[in-house]
Amino acid sequence: MSVPTAKTAYVEEVVEGLPAGAVTQRESFRDQWAVTVRRDALVEVMEALRDRWGFRYLVDVTAVDFHPRNPRFQVVYHLWCHERNALLRVKTWVEGDPPSVPSMTALWSTANWHERECFDLFGILFDGHPDLRRILLPQSWEGHPLRKDYPTEGPDWDVD
Amino acid sequence: MGLEQQIRSQILTSTLEKFVNWARKSSVWPATFGLACCAIEMICTAANRFDIARFGMEAFRASPRQADLMIVAGTVTKKMVPAVVRIYEQMPEPKWVIAMGACASSGGIFRSYAVVQGIDRYLPVDVYVPGCPPRPEALLYGILKLHEKILRDPFLTRKEGPVVVDPQEVPALQEVRA
Repeated sequence: MSVPTAKTAYVEEVVEGLPAGAVTQRESFRDQWAVTVRRDALVEVMEALRDRWGFRYLVDVTAVDFHPRNPRFQVVYHLWCHERNALLRVKTWVEGDPPSVPSMTALWSTANWHERECFDLFGILFDGHPDLRRILLPQSWEGHPLRKDYPTEGPDWDVD
Repeated sequence: MGLEQQIRSQILTSTLEKFVNWARKSSVWPATFGLACCAIEMICTAANRFDIARFGMEAFRASPRQADLMIVAGTVTKKMVPAVVRIYEQMPEPKWVIAMGACASSGGIFRSYAVVQGIDRYLPVDVYVPGCPPRPEALLYGILKLHEKILRDPFLTRKEGPVVVDPQEVPALQEVRA
């Protein structure tokens, strides 16, 4: 159905070119490629994507809560290559309590606020982040609202 | 005498309370303060088509110190509450609060961890205006209801008598003096 274009061909080339030991899964949905990377190889893969493959723009950092599965959280990065107009989604499973992944602030400075948001709403720690504190909610907030076990209406909505 | 003839048609007698209340309701100054989509309807209410100036209220003050009505126009998030309460506390007495729209009245559609389920948890609301958002006519109706309420305010003759605060008993003033 979908016609291979120059940009999807480029992303396919990138996905094939990543080190096989680091990538645990490759998938394509509606011409958007996603790779799942082992947590301990994440920094190495991201550095290669930025420097070797030209993904100079980190669009977004977010997370998915698969409660009650284990490992529970998956962090998702969206990368953009301006030269090829190419999008690549990189995912990694997060383990540990509290869950933590290496910070990308050394590679993309925009990761600073994205990771603070992710920490704020999911409670995922980013190792090496220079200033990991809440960015949207008040500093006095308790809990992380986008976690599946956090009540949608908040713990105190019917308190008068 | 000729004097009585002169003043007969120029003097009205009233009680102090009625007169003061009439003055208060005739120029209620709202604080310029909008939080969400309701603020757009509030702006419409102030503009020429609906013209809040008919009720002596066209002076939306940018400083809470010059305002005596807070129209809570929109969704109040928990992060915004300290600011809302602070603005209210900066307004001089006497002051009134209108909760405009479903969100300010009860949280509206946002049964969410981030949204206050009604600003009456934090402020003494005088008039609730329902709607999502309420049309300017609805806000004007609420304002007229507030005017009626102000006219009936027995601030001098209420049963327990007028509220008198002895400056000697205000803790903050005692601290200043000490």
